[in-house]
Amino acid sequence: AMEDVCARFVSQKISKTRWRPLPAAALQPPDLFATGSWDNEDNRISIWSVGDLGNVGLNGEYQGEPQLLCDIRHNGDVMDMQFLDQERIVVASSTGTVTVFRHHQNNQTLSANQRWEKAHYHVDQDTSCGGAACTGVICNNPEIVTVGEDGRINLFRADQKDAVRTIDNADSSTLHAVTFLRTTEILTVNSIGQLKIWDLRQQRNEPSQIFSLTGDRVPLHCVDRHPNQQHIVATGGQDGMLSIWDIRQGTMPVSLLNAHEAEMWEVHFHPSNPDHLFTCSEDGSLWHWDTSTDISEKPSFLHQGGRNTTYFSHNTINQSVVSAWLSNDPTKDRMEITNLIPNQTLSVNSLDILGPCLVYGTDAEAIYVNRQLFA
Amino acid sequence: PSQVVPGADPSARQLCFAWGPAEVLVCETLFGRRGGSPSRDAGGPGRALLPGTLTAYVAGTGEGGPSSPRLFVVRKDQDIYIQTLRKLFNESHGIFIGLQRSEEELAGKSRKAQLVQVSKNYRSVIRACMEDMHQAAILTRDPALHSQYSTQVSILSAMELIWNLCEILFVEAAAAGPLLLRLLDWVRLHVCDVDNMVHEVLSSESPSKHELFWNVVDVFVLQGRMDEARHLLSKEASANPTSVNMYKILDDLMKKMPVPSLGNTQTLTEMELKWQHWHEECQRYLQDGTFASNSHMESICKILLGHEDAILEKKDLMTTWYHFLVTRLLYSHPTVKPVELRFYAQACMDLFLGGESSPEPLDTILMAAFEFEMHQVIKECSIALSNWWFVAHLTDLLDHCKLLQSHNLYFGSNMREFLLLEYASGLFSHHSLWQLGVDYFDHCPEYGRVYLELHIERIPLNTEQKALKVLRICEQRQMHEQVRSICKIMAMKALRNNRLGSALSWSIRAKDAAFATLISDRFLKDYCESGCFSDLDLIDNLGPSMLLSDRLTFLGKYREFHRLYGEKRFSEAAKLLLMLMTAHIAPCSFWMTLLTDALPLLEQKEVIFSAEQTYELMRCLEDLTAGKSDKQKLQDDDVETMKVEMLRLALARNLARVIVKEGTLEGS
Repeated sequence: AMEDVCARFVSQKISKTRWRPLPAAALQPPDLFATGSWDNEDNRISIWSVGDLGNVGLNGEYQGEPQLLCDIRHNGDVMDMQFLDQERIVVASSTGTVTVFRHHQNNQTLSANQRWEKAHYHVDQDTSCGGAACTGVICNNPEIVTVGEDGRINLFRADQKDAVRTIDNADSSTLHAVTFLRTTEILTVNSIGQLKIWDLRQQRNEPSQIFSLTGDRVPLHCVDRHPNQQHIVATGGQDGMLSIWDIRQGTMPVSLLNAHEAEMWEVHFHPSNPDHLFTCSEDGSLWHWDTSTDISEKPSFLHQGGRNTTYFSHNTINQSVVSAWLSNDPTKDRMEITNLIPNQTLSVNSLDILGPCLVYGTDAEAIYVNRQLFA
Repeated sequence: PSQVVPGADPSARQLCFAWGPAEVLVCETLFGRRGGSPSRDAGGPGRALLPGTLTAYVAGTGEGGPSSPRLFVVRKDQDIYIQTLRKLFNESHGIFIGLQRSEEELAGKSRKAQLVQVSKNYRSVIRACMEDMHQAAILTRDPALHSQYSTQVSILSAMELIWNLCEILFVEAAAAGPLLLRLLDWVRLHVCDVDNMVHEVLSSESPSKHELFWNVVDVFVLQGRMDEARHLLSKEASANPTSVNMYKILDDLMKKMPVPSLGNTQTLTEMELKWQHWHEECQRYLQDGTFASNSHMESICKILLGHEDAILEKKDLMTTWYHFLVTRLLYSHPTVKPVELRFYAQACMDLFLGGESSPEPLDTILMAAFEFEMHQVIKECSIALSNWWFVAHLTDLLDHCKLLQSHNLYFGSNMREFLLLEYASGLFSHHSLWQLGVDYFDHCPEYGRVYLELHIERIPLNTEQKALKVLRICEQRQMHEQVRSICKIMAMKALRNNRLGSALSWSIRAKDAAFATLISDRFLKDYCESGCFSDLDLIDNLGPSMLLSDRLTFLGKYREFHRLYGEKRFSEAAKLLLMLMTAHIAPCSFWMTLLTDALPLLEQKEVIFSAEQTYELMRCLEDLTAGKSDKQKLQDDDVETMKVEMLRLALARNLARVIVKEGTLEGS
C-alpha cells in the first residue's frame, strides 16, 4: 500500500539505490542502503538508514523518513553500484573509473578504498586516451566485473591492483549491463538487442553464446538472472519491453511482455521470492510482476498495457517443474502486475529489493522506501 | 538590484549588450582586449541588468584594478542555484503536473476545493523548505552561510505569507463572514514575533506574576484567540479575589462575542444583529466604569469595542499593519465584504506606518492583494523576489481559477505562459534541474515547443545514458530535427573514438542515411586495408535497418557473401557477388575488390559460374577498365594490371570449362 512508503527529497538526482546485503543468518529486514547521484556538478555516494517505522524520535521528528548517515564525493555520474560485502561498495563512474568505497560503521564515514582509474576508455584519434563511461558492474566477492561504453569487459579482484582479465572490443556496440550467470560465466546486454554469455575460463575473446531480439534490434538496458533457476534470465529494453529468456534453448526470448512506455532501467527478481519481479522505467513507473497469485480467485481479463493492476494469463505445463516465468500460453494462469507509483512524473532510475523492503530513486530528486511490500 | 558596469564608456549614448555562450552577457567597455589600458575599440566583456527580470546575479572572475578585464556570468534566476531550494523545485513540479492533469470538468464547489487543496500543497512545500533552511541555519558554523540561510528563511516566509493571502482572497474567494476567520488564521500563522514571549510567560512558574503577563493576554485578544485569553485571565482572577466580579464580567463578554460561522448555520444579518447587541453590552460596561480600576482590563474592553486608539496603542504587539487591519476588522467590521477590504487596508497601513516609514515591497504587494489587483501583485512579486518560481506557480494557479483570462500582454502570449517560460528557462540553465523544465514548456501552448527545441539542443551529452534521456524527451514530442541532431552528435563522438559499431547504431536510430553511408565506407575501407571485418556482431545483425542507405545495404550484403563463402555455399555466394555488381548495389570503386573476390570461386574444382554469369562478369570487368582513360591506365601500378590479366585468364578458363560442362549436360 502507498501509505507505507516513506519519501525524502534529497536535492540530487538519484541514479542508483542499493540495500546493504544482510549477514547470512539475519532475520531482521535490511536497515541500510546506499544511493548514488548523477548529472550534478558534485555527485555523491550516500549511506542512509531507514530508522524505525512509526516511531517518533527524541526531537519529535517522524522517524520513518530515511536518515543520512554519511556521504562522500564521487567524480562523475554514478552509473552503477553494487555492494561487494557488508562494508564495501563498488561504484562505476561516467569517467570510466571504478572505485571501491568502504563504509566505516564505527564512526559513520565513507572512504575510497581502491580505485581503478579509467578502467574503461576510448582510444581517441587525436588525443591518446579518454575515459569511457563504465555502465555496469557486478560483484561476486572478491571478483568484480565491469562493462562500458567502450565495449570492454574487465575482471578485477578486490585485492589486486591490476585487472585480472580484460576483453578489449568485446562488443562493437555499447554494453549496458552485466550479471553473473554462474561463478565463471557472465551475461551482458548491449545496445543492439543482444544478450551474450561469456565464459571467463576460456581465453577466447568471443562470447560463448549470443541471443538476440528479432526485428528492430531494440537496445537492452538491464539484465537479471533467476536466483534459483539459473537458465531463466530477464532483460529490459529501450521500448520498455520485458523479455524472459531460457538460455538452455533457442536464441530468442521465450516471452516478450509489454510493460513500460519508455526505457526499462532496471529489472530484479526478488532474491528469496523469485515469483516476484520488479522493474522501473524512464516513464516514471515501477511495476511489481507477481506470478504467485492464486489464479482461480481472480477475475480474468487480458493485459492491456495499462496501469495499476491488470492480470494477464499464461500457462504452465507443470507448475512444480516449469517456472511460471517460462510459460506464455494466454489461456491458463495469470500474472498480476501492479504499478507501485500512482502519480508518475520523472524517471525511476533504480530500485532494489531485499526481504519485504523496496527502495527506489528518481530524477525528481527523491528516494522512496517501502518496508511492507507484501503486507 | 543594479550594478555598475566597470569600464563603461560614459560618453557612449547607450550601452549595447549581446548574449554570449552559456550565460555570458557581453558589452562594450573601455578595456583593451589584453587587459591593458582602456581603449575604445575593444569589445571587452561586461554585464548588465536584464530588463524585466527579477535579478541579475553577478559572479565576477578576476580581481584587480579597473584595467583588468572582467568576465561576469549573469544568471536569469539566482535562486535556481540554491541547493536547499531544489526540494521546492522538485516537489512543486509534481504539484504543477498534477494541476495541469486535473479535471477541468469538476464543476463549482468540488473544483474550487480541488484548487484550494493545490494551493495548500504548494504552501506546505514552501513551509517544509523553510524549515529545512531554518535547520541548516542553526546547524551551520559559518556566519556568512548562516546569514544567507536566514535571509532565505525570511524570503520563503514572505512568499508563503503572500501566497496564503492570495489563496484566501483569490483562490478560495472567501465571502463576507468566513473571510474574517480566514484572515485571522492567516495572521495567527504568520505573526510569530510574539511567539517567544507567549512561550516564556506560559512556561513560567506563575504566569500571572510574570511582568509580560498582560502583554500575552493582549496578544491573544488582538489575534482573536479568546479561549486562550480567558484561560490566562482565570489564573489572574483566582489570585485577586477582590476584583473577581470584574474578571467575571470581562470573561463573560469575551465568551459571548459572536463570531461568523463557516457553514450556513447563520445568515449575515443574524450575525450582525447578535454583534450589535454584544457591542452595546460592551459599551455599557465601559461607560459605567466597571473596569475603571484596572487599566489593563479597561484597555481590553476598548479593544473589544474596536477603539482605534486602544488597538493602535498595542502596535508593538502586532508588529505589522496587516495584523492591525485584521484586528480592527475583527472588532469593528466582522462581516467585512471582500470589496470593502481595500479601504480598510489602506487606512490601516497609513495609520500604522504613521508617515514615519514608507511602505516596503512586501507592504505594497499585500496592499495590492487587498485591493484585488492580481496583476499588480504578480508584477510587484516579480520585481521584489529573486526567483521566478513564485510568480510562475502562483500565476498558473490563478489562471486555473479562471481569474486571468482577460489579460493579454502586448508581447508573446499571456502572462501565465510568459512567466512559466521564464521559470523553465532558468531551470534549463541549471546543470541538473533541466529535466523539470521540460514539463513546464509542455504546458505553454504558444511558445513552449520552440523554447524546448532551443534549450534541449544545448544540454551537454556526456554519457550515452544522458543522451538517451534527452532523446526520449524529443521522441515523445516528435521533435525530429532534435532527434537527428542528438544522434548525429553521438555518432560523431563514437566515430572519433573509433567505435564504428556504436556510431552506426546512432545513425540508424536517427535514420540518417548520409551518415550511415559515411560509416559504411569506413568499415569497407578498414576491410580493404586489413582483409577482415571488424564489428561482425553488428554487421551480421543489421536486419531491416540495412535498407537505410545503399552503402549500408552493400555492406550487409557483402558481409553475407563472405559468410556464404565461409560456409562453402559457393553457388549462392557467386550469385550474390554478381548481383552486387549488376544491380549496381556496389559502388564502382569497389568492383575490383569484388572481382578479385570472384577469383577463388573461378578457380574451384567444380564449375560455379554459369556461362551466362561468366559473360556478365566479363562485362563488369570490361566496363570497369573501359571507363578509365589511357592516362589512368598508365598510372595504374603493375599489381592492378596483373590483377586484370589474372581475372581475364581465370574468366576465360572458367568459360571454357562451363561450355564443356553445359554442352555435356545438354547432350546427355
